[in-house]
Amino acid sequence: MQDNLQSSSYKQLEQKSKYTNMFLRWFLYFVLILFASYFIFPLYVMVVTSLKTMEEIRQGTLLTWPSSLNFDSWLVAWGGRGYGAGDTFLRPYFWNSIKMVVPAVFFSTFIGAMTGYVLTKWRFKGDQWVFLFLLFGCFIPFQAILLPMARTLGTLGISNSVVGLVLVHTVYGIPFTTLFFRNYYISVPTELVKAARIDGAGFFKIFFKILLPISAPIIVVTVIWQFTQIWNDFLFGSTFSFGEAAPIQVALNNMVLSSTSVKEYNVDMASAIIAGIPTLIVYVLAGKYFIRGLTSGAVKG
Amino acid sequence: MKTLKIEELSKNFGTTEVLRKINLEIDEGNFLVLLGPSGCGKSTLLNIIAGLETINEGNVFIDDYNVSKVEPKDRNIAMVFQSYALYPSMNVKENMIFGLKQAKTSKEKIEEQLQKVSTFLQVDKLLERKPSQLSGGQRQRVAIGRALVREPRIFLFDEPLSNLDAKLRVEMRREIKKLHQQLKTTVVYVTHDQTEAMSLGTKIAIMNHGVIQQNDTPEIIYNKPSNTFVADFIGSPSMNLIKGKIIHNSNNISFIAEGSTFEVPINNYDFKEKSDLNNKEIYFGIRPEHIYFKKLNEDDFDINLRADLSEYIGHEQIVTLDYSNQEILAKFPSTIKIELEKEMKLYFDLKHTSLFDFNTKERL
Repeated sequence: MQDNLQSSSYKQLEQKSKYTNMFLRWFLYFVLILFASYFIFPLYVMVVTSLKTMEEIRQGTLLTWPSSLNFDSWLVAWGGRGYGAGDTFLRPYFWNSIKMVVPAVFFSTFIGAMTGYVLTKWRFKGDQWVFLFLLFGCFIPFQAILLPMARTLGTLGISNSVVGLVLVHTVYGIPFTTLFFRNYYISVPTELVKAARIDGAGFFKIFFKILLPISAPIIVVTVIWQFTQIWNDFLFGSTFSFGEAAPIQVALNNMVLSSTSVKEYNVDMASAIIAGIPTLIVYVLAGKYFIRGLTSGAVKG
Repeated sequence: MKTLKIEELSKNFGTTEVLRKINLEIDEGNFLVLLGPSGCGKSTLLNIIAGLETINEGNVFIDDYNVSKVEPKDRNIAMVFQSYALYPSMNVKENMIFGLKQAKTSKEKIEEQLQKVSTFLQVDKLLERKPSQLSGGQRQRVAIGRALVREPRIFLFDEPLSNLDAKLRVEMRREIKKLHQQLKTTVVYVTHDQTEAMSLGTKIAIMNHGVIQQNDTPEIIYNKPSNTFVADFIGSPSMNLIKGKIIHNSNNISFIAEGSTFEVPINNYDFKEKSDLNNKEIYFGIRPEHIYFKKLNEDDFDINLRADLSEYIGHEQIVTLDYSNQEILAKFPSTIKIELEKEMKLYFDLKHTSLFDFNTKERL
């Protein structure tokens, strides 16, 4: 009798928890979809607008679907209209940005890896202080260093050039890249370095032959981070360069703000998407390593 | 010629003194174990021998040659680490020959050494594998192989078995012993495991707080510990140290424990110094395995003690006894039936006792 009673009440409980679980699951999906659409909505508007003609934009609403796939505004954004003065288009600045971002990412990542290696595996007196100052570099508001940096670039004779921007981005990338690599290398057993020293490998050999080959996850993280930062930078670009040496974000701004005639929303949207595509590509190609790399320092490999 | 000699060596990290005036000598072909609790400086000492740590004071000699300022790679040593420290990006073969390649050894010689060592350690089938594809025991073998191919004068082992599970540890321990018997290379081996130290070492140096407490053969360390630290550290369960004092009258020397009424004769104890013994406060040390259930020797001292607790551990049992309000342990075969809360007749083996000064903790 008692047994029966108990088993029936267990059944009820089971039934109840099943409903609760189902409800929670659907609620979870609802919230997820809500937030996803919140994020995807602006992108939708951008893409749709860039494919419309000006006529359509004026007549329809933000959300209406374009009547036909019309890539004219993309062509204009990338290559211009073909007449002389005042025609701003993205192509040359896009290459400026590439010429800036590739060496800047390379150098800042490489130097960060080196400093991270030294700070963890070749400890020296006062190394915590060096690390502390480098960390401090992560929190410097960049507006504060604009003037001294402008003077420095002027003295070096590389103001208003892509080389100057590479230098600025490399220098201000180092605190972050160092932080990444230092936190990664601190979880690599120091015994590896000891073993290599007994085997007769020197400072650089240990770095290139033993540490660098196992650094892929953190290199990916650093490259994504640096690429996004440098590609999307507007402050340094607009301060230290103008005219032909400007990177794409500055050109985008000039294009959108300085057009004298009617506002061409479709061209503006297409330009904005073009300026954002490279970072998107980097994320898509390396995104899964990004998550892995971010957490890999936390758990012992 | 001493293969390794350490002279008046001191080391500190900032204000923390890690090693204090260490003196140590090893003859060719010996197996020296540095044994001690964690933080006693044994690993630091090993790193100094390897040249991975700098020295504050003192010198290290290898083959009578002062190597105190010589780079690790030029000391003719090889080291095996606790975490194996195999290079993760290289396969077994590359791991093993990395050192030889750095030393610009000829290709034929490298190939020959690799062949010899990998067959010897039975890793010749694994040469193309990455360390991550190896089991713990295999990694350990490769790490030993990497040290072997260099044919060093001295092998340094830094707790090489601590990362293995209990069963594998015993197997690898035996293999290391075998290895040493065959190669007869000088070994310095760091561990905190006394069984490892006892079974492997030809000499054991017990360290505590940066000082060598005793450096001797395993037998002497076990039978004649030089102070209470060594007595307590070696043996499982460790030696019973019973507090009391010596009574010395005419030709009779005996021990009387605090709060007890009977005397234990210690006439036959091998005192270092026989004068001024009367009323000396001491620890009377006797190992749990030297308290017997049956009289084994003529001069075993019989004593009545109350059993309070019995711990069964398979082949034997550890019994907690009450010796006039001091807790002592004894080890008996598990076949013996112990009645708790009752006095029973037991026998102290007086040939295996150790006496220590209560104040200095040194052996008498």
